[in-house]
Amino acid sequence: MLNNAPALELDEVTRRFPARGAPGALFTAVEKLSFSVRRGEFVAVVGPSGCGKSTILNMVAGLDRPTEGRVTLGGEPVTGPSPHVGFMLQKDLLLPWRTIVHNVEFGLETRPLNGAQRRERALAELKRCRLLDFAERYPHQLSGGQRQRAALARTLAIDPDVVLLDEPFSALDAQTKLVLQRSFAETISGSGVTTVLITHDLSEAVAMSDRIFVMSERPGRIVEEIEVDLPDRENPIARRALPRAQDIMSHIFSMLHLDEKVDA
Amino acid sequence: MSRTMTMTDSAEAPAAAVPAAAAAAVTAPAAPARPLWRDWAGAALVPAASLAVLVAVLLAWQFLPPLLGVPKYIIPQVTDCLSELVRMYEQENLVMHFVSTATMSVVGFLAGGLLGAAFGYALGLSPLWEKVLSPYLLALQIAPKVAFAPLFILWFGYNAWPKLIVTVLVVFFPILVNVLQSMRTVDRDLVNLARAYSMRKSQIFWKVLFPSSMPNLMAGLRIGATLAVIGITVGELVGGEVGLGYLITYGEGQANTAMVFNAIGLLTVIGIAMYWAVAAIETRVLHYIPRAAH
Repeated sequence: MLNNAPALELDEVTRRFPARGAPGALFTAVEKLSFSVRRGEFVAVVGPSGCGKSTILNMVAGLDRPTEGRVTLGGEPVTGPSPHVGFMLQKDLLLPWRTIVHNVEFGLETRPLNGAQRRERALAELKRCRLLDFAERYPHQLSGGQRQRAALARTLAIDPDVVLLDEPFSALDAQTKLVLQRSFAETISGSGVTTVLITHDLSEAVAMSDRIFVMSERPGRIVEEIEVDLPDRENPIARRALPRAQDIMSHIFSMLHLDEKVDA
Repeated sequence: MSRTMTMTDSAEAPAAAVPAAAAAAVTAPAAPARPLWRDWAGAALVPAASLAVLVAVLLAWQFLPPLLGVPKYIIPQVTDCLSELVRMYEQENLVMHFVSTATMSVVGFLAGGLLGAAFGYALGLSPLWEKVLSPYLLALQIAPKVAFAPLFILWFGYNAWPKLIVTVLVVFFPILVNVLQSMRTVDRDLVNLARAYSMRKSQIFWKVLFPSSMPNLMAGLRIGATLAVIGITVGELVGGEVGLGYLITYGEGQANTAMVFNAIGLLTVIGIAMYWAVAAIETRVLHYIPRAAH
């Protein structure tokens, strides 16, 4: 891995899919998408639903390949699932038949570790996510926010270089969301991992990230890149209160012409 | 919200700095509104009523037929059935017949269950074969499997094989269909997660697909356990000289209605025992699923 290479780079990436119901036809999910993420940076990708955000995630995670262009991680092209990438979805994807600590071990089971090492690693991660007391519980015994924290612990347990978060807060109620955003921000700052947050929530993007890529409707393209030059990245609640955060938000709002839209 | 969380919440409630009177007022609706003795009475009421129904039915069975002039070869009295049961035990080698039917049911159930599950997983893993075979599977599933019993006797003779094969066929399909269903409806994101962790196909199967199919497999096994007794009984009715099904045809031939009643009762006992055994295994295997509130 090259040390000066960006942690993650998309270079002129296009992904087309066969259109459903129309044999032979193709639709373009994302088109000529280019961006790069520095090591340790927290980047948010925002855009309307159906703009190909999840397609980006799948290509970075190595679950899908670009039709054109290329995706590189630390300078290496992505050809399949990478042990250096962790991803997390809106659904916690905890296995209901496993205890929380056993769930956190899930991603470690393809690593050259023995059972005791796995357990140790998982418990350390649960401690960081303040879930140590729940290690032996089953997922159904936890609240929605705790389950998402357990999913983050599982994601970070494999010690990834890049973490992809696909709308991890969107299924939660407003208060849990704020608390969990802060908890995630602290944990991610503490681990120094490079993070890509995919979201449709503009304020969430401003509160949590260093840089924001705004995407257009399908075919997804980046229409603007915003440098969020704000302090308190590890505390989104404090950051939301900054007057400058409000300015950035209203800038994005006006850029997306949201006030002119009639249909939703 | 899970039960455990609710318990934690209520455990934390007294710690809150609320005046005692206000706390009592808040918690009062959550506490049982009725006195305890009434709860116990309520809990005992249902089994008592069930027992009363049983007693009423047995009494009616014992005394109504003679009153209405129904002959014993149509409906024998309860006491007739009991004395016939003792006679069957002493003279008809009842224990041997019972054990034969019970073991055959269990063996047929296990073989049918294993085969059904194996085919279910195999077809679930290969959508192409599922598509190729699904019309035939559907046809076989609809065909009344017990009707094959005479055919199997023609092919294999008067031994244990015909009834075992019928039972395997009867048990096979519900389990196959249930397992296949779970393989089709497994959360694709879970599979993608496992793929993202660089798991091989076999690892994905054993760590994700197989455990997530457990609720469906168990539901299939529960259905199969009761069907197994039907399969064996039909096999014994059609041909053979052992088993409770044979005792039914034998009793019928002698116009010994009490013997038929007893054999049917004992077959039910076997079915219930197998169902309970599977249900007990199910609660152990699926311990991680929250119990539905009563």
